[in-house]
Amino acid sequence: MNFLNILDEIEKIDADLTERLSPRRKAIQALTGFGGKVALASLPFALGSMFKKAYGQTSTTSQIVDVLQFALTLEYLEAEFYTRGVSTATFAIPSDAARGALTTIRDHENAHVNFLKSTISSLGATPVAKPTFDFTARGTFPTVFTNYDTFLAVAQAFEDTGVRAYKGQAGNLLGSNAVLTAALNIHSVEARHASHIRQMRKARGASVKPWITSNDTGGIGSAVQAIYNGEELDTQADVKITGIAGMSISAAAATESFDEPLTKNQVLAIVTPFIVA
Amino acid sequence: MKNFKQTEEMAFLNGSEELLDARMQRRSFLKFAGAGAAGMALVAAGCKKDNDNDNGIRLGEGDVGILNYAYALEQLEAAFYTKVAATPNTGLSSAEAALFVDIRDHEIAHREFFKAALKDKAIGSLEVDFSSINFTSRDSILATAKAFEDLGVSAYNGAGRLIENATYLLLAGKIVSVEARHAALIRDLISNGSFADSSVVDSNGLDLSRSPGQVLAIAKTYIKTEISLTGLPNY
Repeated sequence: MNFLNILDEIEKIDADLTERLSPRRKAIQALTGFGGKVALASLPFALGSMFKKAYGQTSTTSQIVDVLQFALTLEYLEAEFYTRGVSTATFAIPSDAARGALTTIRDHENAHVNFLKSTISSLGATPVAKPTFDFTARGTFPTVFTNYDTFLAVAQAFEDTGVRAYKGQAGNLLGSNAVLTAALNIHSVEARHASHIRQMRKARGASVKPWITSNDTGGIGSAVQAIYNGEELDTQADVKITGIAGMSISAAAATESFDEPLTKNQVLAIVTPFIVA
Repeated sequence: MKNFKQTEEMAFLNGSEELLDARMQRRSFLKFAGAGAAGMALVAAGCKKDNDNDNGIRLGEGDVGILNYAYALEQLEAAFYTKVAATPNTGLSSAEAALFVDIRDHEIAHREFFKAALKDKAIGSLEVDFSSINFTSRDSILATAKAFEDLGVSAYNGAGRLIENATYLLLAGKIVSVEARHAALIRDLISNGSFADSSVVDSNGLDLSRSPGQVLAIAKTYIKTEISLTGLPNY
């Protein structure tokens, strides 16, 4: 069986195949050209997953529900965080503008919770219960509700995590138009929040921009480094962005131009310290 | 429909020509060829009249079409911010101008990324129309930036469901959140606290999404080059 001939045959019917497969096909050609070191037994699996990717897969309902339950957990976290920050925290919110912004974000996060719960129910599943949270993250942020700057730092951490978390799940919603679009519509709202929280920190003296530069934490430090690791990527789909096409695009701008995803496991590792049970 | 009909008629004409080649004498053939050309011109004229979208450049079908669609929007944004950065008296403060330079670089990075990723499938450079923008007015610049950024967010959000390949969907996701960060900043520069107000976020906390047809209808005010929707995934 000549594996590459199969691709050639399919290409006669589907002229776009090379384009769909291009990166993987090159990789396979490289491997098979390299003395045929790939065990033949592994090829059917590679072929199957390759076609699944090339022709798109439709997510099953249980996959979609899994994504939504995961998102709901993150929204519970954010909703309770802002609710407590606006109502029971002991720090003084310094201005009406700041209080207004935090209230706006609180309302969005609560709306996300309700929206996700009803979407999960409409898919015939039971929404996960709200966990018990520890916003000090087991003592990492002891002043989260007594020091306004700590609160804003944790807020930034949550928003940037949320953006990366939704981004990482988009592919699992392929083929489910309504849920994918809703998830994308939440994703960009989290990014708007992140931008504003970063501006609030900037106004209080933090060295931070509305966008993420490399893997910089914006002065928060190592406690949140995992939330920013990977953001230093400056090559997208094999295209190097720094200095692209001879333009004066700095490495910093290149990394700011694209936000990166986090996997579910990476996100869970980040939020686990905030969850008691 | 129009396209299909046109294709059918063309095929009919071509088929007739083949028959003629085989059966008719040279003199008669030349006569027919003249009539055939006239007929085809009439068909083409009919199409032009009935369907404006058949004019202008085509973005392509499937994911290529969507990537070219994104490329077109990024061209528009990059051209705008490039002009802002090149204008001496914009009325922007130095801090604001520095943020605008950042945004310009992000949009250029997006534009050049799509061009590089699309390779020979990339559309050409679009001609923009910024005659409605006053580049020496801070208000005009901010209002335009807000319109472009909110439009960009809604465009990527609305295009997600049309993308077939997970890699491209992720790339769109990597860009849309940066556009949303821009949008929030620009809105706050106009009115602090409007980063996600009810004009863009609904009661479920969801941002806007728009179909390619809706987006291009809005964007065409700023783009001289006519863009055809033919073949582009849409809804």
